[in-house]
Amino acid sequence: MISINGLHKQFGDLEVLKGIDLQVNKGQVIVVIGPSGSGKTTLLRCLNILEVPTAGSITIDEQTADFSKTVNKRTVDLLRRESAMVFQHYNLFPHMTALQNVMEGPVIVKKMSKTDARAKAEQLLNKVGLGDKLDFYPHQLSGGQQQRVGIARALALEPKVMLFDEPTSALDPELVGEVLQVMKDLASEGITMVVVTHEMRFANDVANEVIFMDQGRIIERSKPIDMFTRPQEERTRQFLNLIQ
Amino acid sequence: MAHMIKFQINGSAKMFWNNIDPEKMERSLDIAQSSLQPLLEGALVYTLPLSLITFVVGLILAVLTALARISTVKPFQWIARIYVSAIRGTPLLVQLFILFYGLPSVGIVIDPFPAAVIGFSLNVGAYASEVIRAAILSIPKGQWEAAHMIGMSYTQTLRRVILPQATRVSIPPLSNTFISLVKDTSLASLILVTEMFRRAQEIAATNYEFLLLYTEVAIIYWIICFFLSLIQGRLEHRFDRYVSR
Repeated sequence: MISINGLHKQFGDLEVLKGIDLQVNKGQVIVVIGPSGSGKTTLLRCLNILEVPTAGSITIDEQTADFSKTVNKRTVDLLRRESAMVFQHYNLFPHMTALQNVMEGPVIVKKMSKTDARAKAEQLLNKVGLGDKLDFYPHQLSGGQQQRVGIARALALEPKVMLFDEPTSALDPELVGEVLQVMKDLASEGITMVVVTHEMRFANDVANEVIFMDQGRIIERSKPIDMFTRPQEERTRQFLNLIQ
Repeated sequence: MAHMIKFQINGSAKMFWNNIDPEKMERSLDIAQSSLQPLLEGALVYTLPLSLITFVVGLILAVLTALARISTVKPFQWIARIYVSAIRGTPLLVQLFILFYGLPSVGIVIDPFPAAVIGFSLNVGAYASEVIRAAILSIPKGQWEAAHMIGMSYTQTLRRVILPQATRVSIPPLSNTFISLVKDTSLASLILVTEMFRRAQEIAATNYEFLLLYTEVAIIYWIICFFLSLIQGRLEHRFDRYVSR
């Protein structure tokens, strides 16, 4: 489903990704962990082309872009459509209701009729447990509810891959559970997911594989149980000791 | 010196009180009343249309200029910078005089009203572009990213996400611009637009009641601006519905 080869990303003199190779199969849930500055968020943002990689190639489903050459806008657009992102700070549109936030992509970008988009948005908001909050503006919702709208908005794009960038880091502790529950439900439906998170419980329960990144490289990749009980690399051990 | 000023003030105050005799009061009231119609006509036919047309044209110019300023295309940035700098760096009155009295010598003759529209629009465009630029930059980067993520183009992002939010932020400063504009249109009197202030001058020239007519016209400006402030308040209230308080 996802194939990343030799991915590099440089900001000025700073090389944030130093050659990432990663394959993800359809339906897999991959959790990416690592210290801050390790490049895990940048990797995720490259998958949605929020950052344009400096070199290397990305393939999602049938769409490929090789960033070592100059890529045209059309290729990038097609590749971006394969994934959808859930942001750490939700980034909902504050001047639109929950329903309008979810309808925006289908109506404006995919030119779906308003009636169809509305039905679909209602169904998705129901799915994330917000069927009774359709006409609420983001500021009238709790952080957890806003993030669930964010998930519905991403799902409305019918992406092949869902990307989650620390989706619970900005939430009050008591609101984390409701968001993780929605994500678990999605995982069990077989949606391919790449999740950057510090929720080790979630990684342990839901992930097929966990990736540990440090200083722009993938250091270790294994099943959660192996990663958390017998990490192979010294740096992984150090990191896990610090957070547990 | 101080003594003289005091004397003059005393003297004029005395004149003022002497002026209030019933006969003169009645005459003044008559003049105020009979001048009201031509003054309001000047406001309705010139002052207000001039303000509204210029504000709309100016805002379009301002949005384009703001976008040019924040674009990554260097020539756009420079054109916008030079335009804003030239307009802000020269007096409005001088600009109007160049348009109306200057250009005819190179064969470009513009009627008073269109000349005023061009002059004031260029002004609003330059000043408001800075307001709009600041408002656009005040929208968090995450909003651009979310729009980008759902696949919106640059224009779609501006139209659907950024400008609606920037509008809310710009209402107070743009109301300022508009209210200033309404008053500044009195300068159009100097390029022969028969707007409200010019009419007051013309009437006063025939009956010498300068204080009366200029005060009357000042009060009308004030009333117009008062209503504009009310509209501003309502607009702010409307746009605040999606912001937590």
